[in-house]
Amino acid sequence: MQLDFKHKQSAHCENGVSSNLFAYYGIKLSEPMIFGIGSGLFFSYLPFLKVNHIPVTSFRPLPGMIFKRAARRLGFKMEKKRFSNPNQAMSELDEKLKEGIPVGMLVGVYNLTYFPKPYRFHFNAHNLVVYGKEKDNYLISDPIMETPTSLTSKELRKVRYAKGVFAPKGHMYWTVKAPQEIDLAKAITQGIKQTAKDMLTIPIPLVGVKGIKYLAKQLRKYPKKLGNRKASQYLGQIVRSQEEIGTGGAGFRYIYAAFLQEASDILKQPFLRDLSVEMTAIGDLWRDFAVETARIIKKRSEVENPYDGVADMLVVIAEKEKQIFQKLIILKDA
Amino acid sequence: MKKEDVPQDDANMMEGSRESCYAVDENGNYTTVKSVGWEPKNIVMQDAWDTVNERIEEVKQLVIDGELSPIAYYMEKNLMDTKILASYVGIWRFIVKKHLKMKGFTKLTDKVLNKYADTFDITLETLKNKELK
Repeated sequence: MQLDFKHKQSAHCENGVSSNLFAYYGIKLSEPMIFGIGSGLFFSYLPFLKVNHIPVTSFRPLPGMIFKRAARRLGFKMEKKRFSNPNQAMSELDEKLKEGIPVGMLVGVYNLTYFPKPYRFHFNAHNLVVYGKEKDNYLISDPIMETPTSLTSKELRKVRYAKGVFAPKGHMYWTVKAPQEIDLAKAITQGIKQTAKDMLTIPIPLVGVKGIKYLAKQLRKYPKKLGNRKASQYLGQIVRSQEEIGTGGAGFRYIYAAFLQEASDILKQPFLRDLSVEMTAIGDLWRDFAVETARIIKKRSEVENPYDGVADMLVVIAEKEKQIFQKLIILKDA
Repeated sequence: MKKEDVPQDDANMMEGSRESCYAVDENGNYTTVKSVGWEPKNIVMQDAWDTVNERIEEVKQLVIDGELSPIAYYMEKNLMDTKILASYVGIWRFIVKKHLKMKGFTKLTDKVLNKYADTFDITLETLKNKELK
């Protein structure tokens, strides 16, 4: 049994799953569109939350948020469910497939057999779509992969019940009702305004533009506080989340620039195209930060105080991002 | 980033697959380009794996010295910490911590050992014989 589901590769899993699921119901939007409407750009530094003994830095909102916001703003009615009983989680999936409904779900990547091994850490917020079942094999559309793939029921059950931070607990979601028409301009405006608000006004020093500056301040203390080995591991982790599969490069800044460009045409606001160019430049700065970090790890940095050097780069980035979002927060409602 | 500047530095991190990257074409319009990797990213990834492997080797030595148990070794090998391991085997974390010591390990029944063996995807015998694969 196989639904007529079109697999399309994307940079980021949640964008890709949303985009592919919406397309199944006739609403065809690009990955950057979904990302922008779902307010996918963000920054947070969470020193108290450690994965593999290293604090978490993230360039996106909590897992599931992009999808949830994009679905709401486009007028999709979705349902989601978690199961304490894995058997039930599998049988309800089978039922949905029989009804002709493709199902999105959260899984852990550590035991995801087809995933590139170097990326298989205990990360539990990966999204994919199940769109069919043949004997014991589930047909999988994983947006990170170039082509559709499959998992046996045992393998699928294992990744749906991965343990650790953000354990998925069989979490699955599906479309109950798709919109007849969408108000794209309104959805875009809402998405942009929320991103700008989140980046500028959340009164917590660890998130948004302030979070980037806070991280810069911490970076300067790393070598003294942690010693060189640990300091470089902490620094490397930032770049890993920035360039992880799924970011499209530079911590989603390039995808966001692509979104602003598309939004400019739809909203007929030429200044968004200029901001897209600025956002691309910021993406390039994030990449410079990654290059310098790699040099520090390889002990090849030619800067006298390399941690001050990369911290200074972050301060510049924070200031530039602030300027862009100050222009976006005053965007007029469509 | 320009389309032609999208790096293709292969360190086999994608194992033959490619990821989608966003870049601008000659007219300044955004498009996607598939990439096998980027050197700075390969370096930070490799460094993370080196750290993991160093820790596995350290723990391995401690198991050989009879201080830590094979469970500690397989925990590191599976990139877990006590929190993740405890939730996989369904045993309290403070008890799992005892099982990481060789002293605590030797007292374990087959029933408990089986839970660990299942989680690590190894046989009961491998675990009991303290084989470190």
